[in-house]
Amino acid sequence: TKWEFWEIKQAFEKQYVGFATLPNQVHRKSVKKGFDFTLMVAGESGMGKSTLVNSLFLTDLYKDRKLLNAEERINQTVEIIKHTVDIEEKGVKLKLTIVDTPGFGDAVNNNECWKPITDYIDQQFEQYFRDESGLNRKNIQDNRVHCCLYFIPPFGHGLRPVDVEFMKALHEKVNIIPLIAKADCLTPNEIKKLKDRIREEIDKFGIKVYQFPECDSDEDEEFKQLDKELKECTPFAVIGSNTVVEARGQRVRGRLYPWGIVEVENQSHCDFVKLRNMLIRSHMHDLKDVTCDVHYENYRAQCIQEMTRYVRNESDNRMESPIPILPLSTPDVDTEKLIKMKDEELKRMQEMLNKMQQQMHDKEQ
Amino acid sequence: MQSFVAQPDEIGWPYSSQGNEEKRNLSLGGHVGFDSLPEQLVSKSVTQGFCFNILCVGETGIGKSTLMNTLFNTMFENEEASHYQNGVYLRPRTYDLQETNVRLKLTIVDTVGFGDQINKEDSYKPIVDYIDTQFENYLQEELKIKRSLFNYHDTRIHICLYFIAPTGHSLKSLDLVTMKKLDSKVNIIPIIAKADTISKSELHKFKIKIMSELVSNGVQIYQFPTDDETVSEINASMNAHLPFAVVGSVEEVKVGNKAVRARQYPWGVVQVENESHCDFVKLREMLIRVNMEDLREQTHARHYELYRRCKLEEMGFKDTDPDSEPFSLQETYEAKRKEFLGDLQRKEEEMRQMFVNKVKETEAELKDKERELHEKFEQLKRMHQEEKKKVEDKRGYLEEEMNAFNKRKAAAETLSLSQPVKKDKDKKNRSVNMENQSGVSASSSKVMMAKANVEPLNCQSWWQAIQCCTCLVHNATWRPGGLF
Repeated sequence: TKWEFWEIKQAFEKQYVGFATLPNQVHRKSVKKGFDFTLMVAGESGMGKSTLVNSLFLTDLYKDRKLLNAEERINQTVEIIKHTVDIEEKGVKLKLTIVDTPGFGDAVNNNECWKPITDYIDQQFEQYFRDESGLNRKNIQDNRVHCCLYFIPPFGHGLRPVDVEFMKALHEKVNIIPLIAKADCLTPNEIKKLKDRIREEIDKFGIKVYQFPECDSDEDEEFKQLDKELKECTPFAVIGSNTVVEARGQRVRGRLYPWGIVEVENQSHCDFVKLRNMLIRSHMHDLKDVTCDVHYENYRAQCIQEMTRYVRNESDNRMESPIPILPLSTPDVDTEKLIKMKDEELKRMQEMLNKMQQQMHDKEQ
Repeated sequence: MQSFVAQPDEIGWPYSSQGNEEKRNLSLGGHVGFDSLPEQLVSKSVTQGFCFNILCVGETGIGKSTLMNTLFNTMFENEEASHYQNGVYLRPRTYDLQETNVRLKLTIVDTVGFGDQINKEDSYKPIVDYIDTQFENYLQEELKIKRSLFNYHDTRIHICLYFIAPTGHSLKSLDLVTMKKLDSKVNIIPIIAKADTISKSELHKFKIKIMSELVSNGVQIYQFPTDDETVSEINASMNAHLPFAVVGSVEEVKVGNKAVRARQYPWGVVQVENESHCDFVKLREMLIRVNMEDLREQTHARHYELYRRCKLEEMGFKDTDPDSEPFSLQETYEAKRKEFLGDLQRKEEEMRQMFVNKVKETEAELKDKERELHEKFEQLKRMHQEEKKKVEDKRGYLEEEMNAFNKRKAAAETLSLSQPVKKDKDKKNRSVNMENQSGVSASSSKVMMAKANVEPLNCQSWWQAIQCCTCLVHNATWRPGGLF
């Protein structure tokens, strides 16, 4: 019977409590629940975004896409288009949402062309915020953007003003991973120079791109070395391909040129493999965590502060807000200042009183 | 043999080129020698030297400088441009090159900052302005009275190489807008830059898409001429390869046992001069080896003439007047001059009038102000007079009182000396008086204090003033019958 078996097991493994099976339980439950991931791709048209997404997930999301002509793009506005697919691998289900941003940077006047994108991200946060604060939280759908791949053109000498502005507008709302697109037009030396230049400019302009988490100190050396290489390789120089070619006797995804064949999955040709491993195989969950714990929490805190300020101003009108107002546990900056001022005043007045009392006392004597 | 000299009575003066003149072909009896005319022309132009101006339009980093270096097999000095320029500006650089005995004055104009701004609506303007300025300079030289066109350094742009980014989809919106603004002013050859990132099949589709977009938007690019049989075939075939997909490189890579200009990748070597790798050779052939002279000619005969015509029409010149009689430039010029002078005179009058008006205005203002000041002065004077009078009055009043005081004082003294018995009575009176006075004293003491304030001022010294005060006060209380 089960109980007998359990007793025997216990007898054998007296010091074994058994919570080491927790990871297995987590694994089992998560497989049952399934995963979801929202990936945004942004960059000018013709940078190979769709090709890269197809290469990453080994599928064809963009079968019937219609591209605009140059004259249609002169005054184009940025749209947000979502593609959602359900893919499964070894029993693990992933609901993958790709958020496309066609029209970004394509018009002649691109002032604030990132606004629709930031608005979209904020909307998803707001939606989640409402759902989270609602009464029935059983079926919350998480549409928040977990990661944004930004494609930098390889034709220039570094970041352009539109790249800088875009990343600065988004770096506190979403995890940004900058990529060098179409890297097959750069020789290895040129790639290195460009990567150094871009890293320098990212520092210079104070852009906060997604940082890989530090390794635990108890990881083995090989892992640490890999991790270090990964970090020094950013921004990744990627190439994508929708076609399969024959190279070195194998059929691989690649691009066929008269002078050679570029293999997408060849690490000496480009960083595609590193990107895929990082994005899908090791850091997907960390991206989700950072989105939830950092970006979303920032948004939520800001939101609540604004609301309470609004409500205080409108307290006469008895605003009905759909989200319950929670009492602030810590006073905000303005109230604190006021409190401090009043304290000081009181102190001063106290001192004066004492002085006067002393004087009177002296006089009497 | 007929004489070819025009007889005035036969044909009419001036020699008319219209009418029934027949051109006849004659055969020569021997070798005359005017078949050396082309050689004469050539040797003249070789001695003169040639001049060629190229404008490179494209985003920062797209490979303009590298392509120029590759085309002319020279390292033109060039610093890397930054992406953060405020606007587009043009940077012309002139070089003197020589190949065998042919000298070329080459000017390469770079567009710095093109495509980097977030708002690119005005990006085409500096380019159009530059081209127009070169035309304008030439026009000015042409219109001069004493001109030296043969010596003139022609800076007009003969060819604009437009660098298209290899996106593989189509033209960018900026490309379309810019090329539309330039196509009537300069010969445009569009080229696809950094073409080693496009595979052969993609390239074919890309080229077709670009050409169709240019055609559907009415952009006129330069067509290699097909009227001359010697080059028409090659030119026609090249026209079909537009836009040229080029790769530039100044570095050499060993391929086989030769060192060729190429780009070395982990997956292969892209050779610049290999026609199956890119269209660089075609571009060089067309641009430099075959059609350079035609480009110069087109610039002068078509683009410059168009500019000149527009400019002169703007200035008011016409070829025919309303009656369709040919206009003489001279007459037009005279008329223009008169008009211009008339304009000048009018303007001068206007300005003078304005000046006079302004002066009048200012004068009037100043007069007003003067008047105001005068009034104020009068007013203040009056006030001062009044005050003075008041003070004088008061003083007179006080003096009277003082005299009265003194008199009474003297009277009281003599009285007290002569009538000591009346003291009690006086006392009584005094007390009554005091009462009276104390009843009245409030106001009178005030008066007194007022007086005391005034009187001591007339004393010569401080202790005298005190005395005055004291004596006044004392006198007042001690005087029977009170004061005032």
